[in-house]
Amino acid sequence: MNSQPPDYQLSDEGPDASSLVLSGDWVQGQNPASFNKVKSELSSIHPARLTTDGSALGTWDSVLMAFLLQCHDYCHAQGITFATRNMPQGIEKLLAVATAVEAHPQLVQDSPSWLSSFNPLHALHNAVGDLQESLAFTGEVTVALVRLARGKANTRFTDFRNFCYQAGPDAFAIISLTSVLVGMILGYLGAVQLQQFGAEIYVANLVVIGMLREMGVLMTAVVMAGRTGAAYAAQLGTMQTNEEIDAITTMGISPVEFLVLPRMLALIIIMPLLTIYANLLGIVGGGIVAGGLGIAPLQYILQGETALSFTHIVVGLLKSLVFATLIAIAGCRAGMNSGRSSAAVGQAATNAVVTALIYLIVADAAINILFQQLGL
Amino acid sequence: MTDAREPPAHIEIRDVTMAYGASVIQRDLSFTINRGDIFVIMGGSGCGKSTLLKHMLGLITPSSGDILYEGTSFFQASAAQQGAMRQRWGITYQSGGLFSAMTLAENITLPLELYTDYTPAEITDIVAYKLALVGLAGYQSYYPSAISGGMQKRAALARAIALDPEILFFDEPSAGLDPITSRLLDELIVQIKESMGATVVLVTHELPSIFAIATNSVYLDNLSRTMIAYGNPAELRDHSTQPVVRQFLTRSAAAATEDKA
Repeated sequence: MNSQPPDYQLSDEGPDASSLVLSGDWVQGQNPASFNKVKSELSSIHPARLTTDGSALGTWDSVLMAFLLQCHDYCHAQGITFATRNMPQGIEKLLAVATAVEAHPQLVQDSPSWLSSFNPLHALHNAVGDLQESLAFTGEVTVALVRLARGKANTRFTDFRNFCYQAGPDAFAIISLTSVLVGMILGYLGAVQLQQFGAEIYVANLVVIGMLREMGVLMTAVVMAGRTGAAYAAQLGTMQTNEEIDAITTMGISPVEFLVLPRMLALIIIMPLLTIYANLLGIVGGGIVAGGLGIAPLQYILQGETALSFTHIVVGLLKSLVFATLIAIAGCRAGMNSGRSSAAVGQAATNAVVTALIYLIVADAAINILFQQLGL
Repeated sequence: MTDAREPPAHIEIRDVTMAYGASVIQRDLSFTINRGDIFVIMGGSGCGKSTLLKHMLGLITPSSGDILYEGTSFFQASAAQQGAMRQRWGITYQSGGLFSAMTLAENITLPLELYTDYTPAEITDIVAYKLALVGLAGYQSYYPSAISGGMQKRAALARAIALDPEILFFDEPSAGLDPITSRLLDELIVQIKESMGATVVLVTHELPSIFAIATNSVYLDNLSRTMIAYGNPAELRDHSTQPVVRQFLTRSAAAATEDKA
């Protein structure tokens, strides 16, 4: 099929009237004239009436329709009477459909400049807003907890049990791997220094105290923030998108009691258990390193026992309770405040993890300083 | 395979049986959809209307039988051929299926960018035109979550017609729309069909829509789990030998006469 290049001819047609004769094939790949050229010609003539003539048109597709629609809209805006004649079948109908509804004013978007993200005031404002939101959410959770304690909350035990399973047994493999490796890292770190004084045996003390007070609980918390906190945010965010949270609210059920409490309580129950498990495996990991240094397993255990104290265990477990609460709050809050699109759910999951990590580090430092002051 | 003298039907469903595992949804479905038809797949809730549509779209493979487009089997075609066939279809899903992370303009731009040679400037103009066709001119930069359900349906239609498809599939186009919007959507479907020469396949049980625009139809029965009527819905309403079909098609008419009396 021979295709004719698309073209137009703008000519006078009596006083104050112009015609726009279209010719050729207006289809994709032919790169027809853009409307901007026609517009500049039209603006110099400015007729009172513009008739588009389709008698010389060949084949056409949406490109032609887009062109005609722009013609129509321009004429409409400029007060020019727009008419068509000799158009191929279908074009007039389509044009009538396309112009039946007045165009909606374009949305003006204030795109924030990339510099504004570096603005310290802006950042501070965001951080304060974030903190306020967190506090408000913590308040809601506290109210829900009080209702739960009085036995009035709509929290389902089956949900709680399922979340316990997801947070606990499902996480065994990854917790095992990270805690053994962290124990070994602690062991090596200490061994290199202690060897200089011929005090390799104290690797046991270092690993036991390090795991129990600090690394066991912190690594578990980091893993849980990435694993469970993000999952909570994604679950709740998707429920927000599906209007499930609206449905729960309109059923007269508090979403905090129904959705947040079982997740948070599950994490609070599971985290200390995982921490104990991580501590044990970390000490085993340190033992492997000690074995490499020529310390017999029994020697390692006996030396480690001298470092073991009830205080260290309690400090670690206290931390795990605090961390569990923080991870659950960060995850659930991000999910509950999520937007209603797939991108927003992803954003919520990211927020959950980032916020949880910040909370963890800050809380860990604060607890350490507190216990230092208390002499524990 | 096909008769040389007669062009093959646009879509042919040949002895299709649909089943999820052991449970059969519908069996022995055989009918044709001609070019330019507005074809309605109807039936009570849960009879497998949407499932049949998913089979026609190639999202589910029938447990037996075949679906042919212009005489070519979709399920025996290569992946490349299937892709080429799908490019000639426009599909509007039950809940819109708009990409929620993209603006309306980006939603419509995507297929145009993927499958056409239009320049970016042309695409911008075409997107404006497609949105104007469905009455959403000026909504380019809105996200699907920021517009109403009816508008989402229309925006999904704009995306479906982005590539000027030969076949338009609709899953429940007017579900959840008010009568006026739903009538406008019907008119829009007819207009688009007439001016673009497309074949339209609708899954619906909205009787006003069915009688207003359908030229042919099939009725899937819930009890016998197969098709029990095929033909123009108005004729089926008056002359079908199946009481269930007449009942289905007259229920609202009967209610209307009662209202008048």
